[in-house]
Amino acid sequence: MVSVSDVPGAQGLSRDQLREVYFKMFLARSVGERERMLNRMGKGPFAVTGEGHEAAQVGTAYAMTPGKDWALTYYRDIGVALTLGMTPRDLLLAHLARAESIESGGRNMPSHFSSVDLRIVSGSAPVATQVPHAVGIALASKLRGLDEVAVTYFGDGGASVGDVHEAMNFAGVHSLPVIFVCENNQYAISVPASKQAAVTDLSVRAQGYGFPGVTVDGNDVLAVYSAAREAVERARNGDGPTFIEAKTYRLVPHTSDDDDSRYRSREEVEEWRKKGPLVRFGAWLEENGVATKDEIGEIEAKAMAEIDAATEYAEAAPTPDPASAMRHVFVEEE
Amino acid sequence: MAEKTMVEAVRDALHDEMKRDERVFVLGEDVGRGGVFRATEGLRDEFGEDRCMDTPLAEATIVGASIGASLNGLLPVAEIQFADFIHPAFDQIVSEAARLHYRSNGAWSCPITVRTPYGAGVHGGPYHSQSIEAFYAHVPGLKVICVASPYDAKGLLKSAIRDPNPVMFLEHKKAYRSFREEVPDEDYTIPIGVAERKREGSDMTLVTYGLMTRYSLEAAAAVQGDGGISVEVIDLRTVSPWDKECVLESVRKTGKALIVYEDNLTGGFGAEVAATIAEDAFDFLDGPVTRIASPDVPLAPYSGVLEEFILPNPEKIAEGIRKLAAY
Repeated sequence: MVSVSDVPGAQGLSRDQLREVYFKMFLARSVGERERMLNRMGKGPFAVTGEGHEAAQVGTAYAMTPGKDWALTYYRDIGVALTLGMTPRDLLLAHLARAESIESGGRNMPSHFSSVDLRIVSGSAPVATQVPHAVGIALASKLRGLDEVAVTYFGDGGASVGDVHEAMNFAGVHSLPVIFVCENNQYAISVPASKQAAVTDLSVRAQGYGFPGVTVDGNDVLAVYSAAREAVERARNGDGPTFIEAKTYRLVPHTSDDDDSRYRSREEVEEWRKKGPLVRFGAWLEENGVATKDEIGEIEAKAMAEIDAATEYAEAAPTPDPASAMRHVFVEEE
Repeated sequence: MAEKTMVEAVRDALHDEMKRDERVFVLGEDVGRGGVFRATEGLRDEFGEDRCMDTPLAEATIVGASIGASLNGLLPVAEIQFADFIHPAFDQIVSEAARLHYRSNGAWSCPITVRTPYGAGVHGGPYHSQSIEAFYAHVPGLKVICVASPYDAKGLLKSAIRDPNPVMFLEHKKAYRSFREEVPDEDYTIPIGVAERKREGSDMTLVTYGLMTRYSLEAAAAVQGDGGISVEVIDLRTVSPWDKECVLESVRKTGKALIVYEDNLTGGFGAEVAATIAEDAFDFLDGPVTRIASPDVPLAPYSGVLEEFILPNPEKIAEGIRKLAAY
């Protein structure tokens, strides 16, 4: 019998955990695809998803303690939300703007993840405004003597926003337990990375804020997990922030309203699809004897069954009471 | 009870709330050494630098970090050094603080207070003089308070800090030290959204807030003396939510309304007051709803003579009262 830790390169993850990681990645991919499909069927007015980002998202979130650590996501982070415990049902209820959506009850656009219980803070659409919130949460964590870590996500476009600079600087000055994760998919809608920054690796910026920065292969889930686990340990031990740049590729248009053929070739997308995170991790599981092809098929079938059931549930769920649009402008006091 | 300046009253309120509730902390530029107006003086010595925290010079993140800290169990009171410098934080205030509760269907809330000195009349030039209340009064989900008196400052700041919503607390800088007033030592609060009738009158209703309350009272006393015009003066104190009932009740009694504000005329908060009076008290009016405000030039030019020319003052207000009374 092979001991789990003997699987080379598994980063200490057990066989079950490695399979769970694959499950979450496949679930994230498939929820995104389902949302795009429902959009094309005219059922959801809008879809913004993150196919291709699964390793960056699941790899980082898997290093967090759900419900204890805080996640400040952006609109591609389906994999973060699902790894921390939101369900396909939660996301599809949000996609269809149903009353019982825990994200927003139909108020916010889909993929603006939120769960008070899971400490996934409700997000907005202006890019990178969530990054200072992570810093404030980490500040409170430090002032209150808690060992909670805040992890915030943004893209390569978001990395250009002033809030990110301000937030990183603040976090460095106060040595806060916060992790900045940049999912660098090399395009901010249509603007390529070369027009976004004059450096190849955005992580070098961390040096200017006085904390470590690392660039990882964002399509290698175990490499991402390894970097994230180290960053979480640093933060939890009071050693301050880390900037993780996960280099990846968005396999789909920016949103359901985007046509990415205007700015990148089909050949380029196809090349990246071949080295996508699910293809790679699936092959790794087989090569290392963690799961057979059939077992991977079973994991995928389980995910699809969950998504099918969630779709059915969400489609049947009621829309919000129109008059409820007037509520919750302010806290309703007892 | 002692006579205090407004800046002392602000400091008292901060001190008392920090003492009362250990979740309360202040953060901002230079607050550790008391801030440029000395509103936080002594707080670091008593409560430590974790609760009176100097931040990097970055307004968006002063507010953004406050939002985050409020989500994780604290009650931040952010100081923005001058209202004129709050604009980089507009996105955090409007997109984030104001919308978080609504967009999450009531799941998240954001109990922050943002204090900032505003207003002209101190030779502050175009970047230490602005009035910003109309920008924020326009945004659902924010409460906006304008104070220019020691008594109100203490009572309303305590209410702001205890409020479960984001509150913009605007302190007129010319009122910080220009006069003293009796301020009780003990704990008291003034409810947000309630106006105060500062002077009873029968010929017209003058609606105002901020430093213009003081100028309007001077004008009302002057016209009573030399022309026998009886002006009822209402200080809104809070511009969002604002006390419509108090204003409408008064206008229905007097039949005339004059609105006085320091901000630029166009789109200033007084425009909203005027529209509401026109709509809800039309049958009671026997004169045009009138506004006195600064003309539409950037507030405020540095030179004393230029500034004096632009800003409303007791003489200009008295002239407006006489004109409306003669209608």
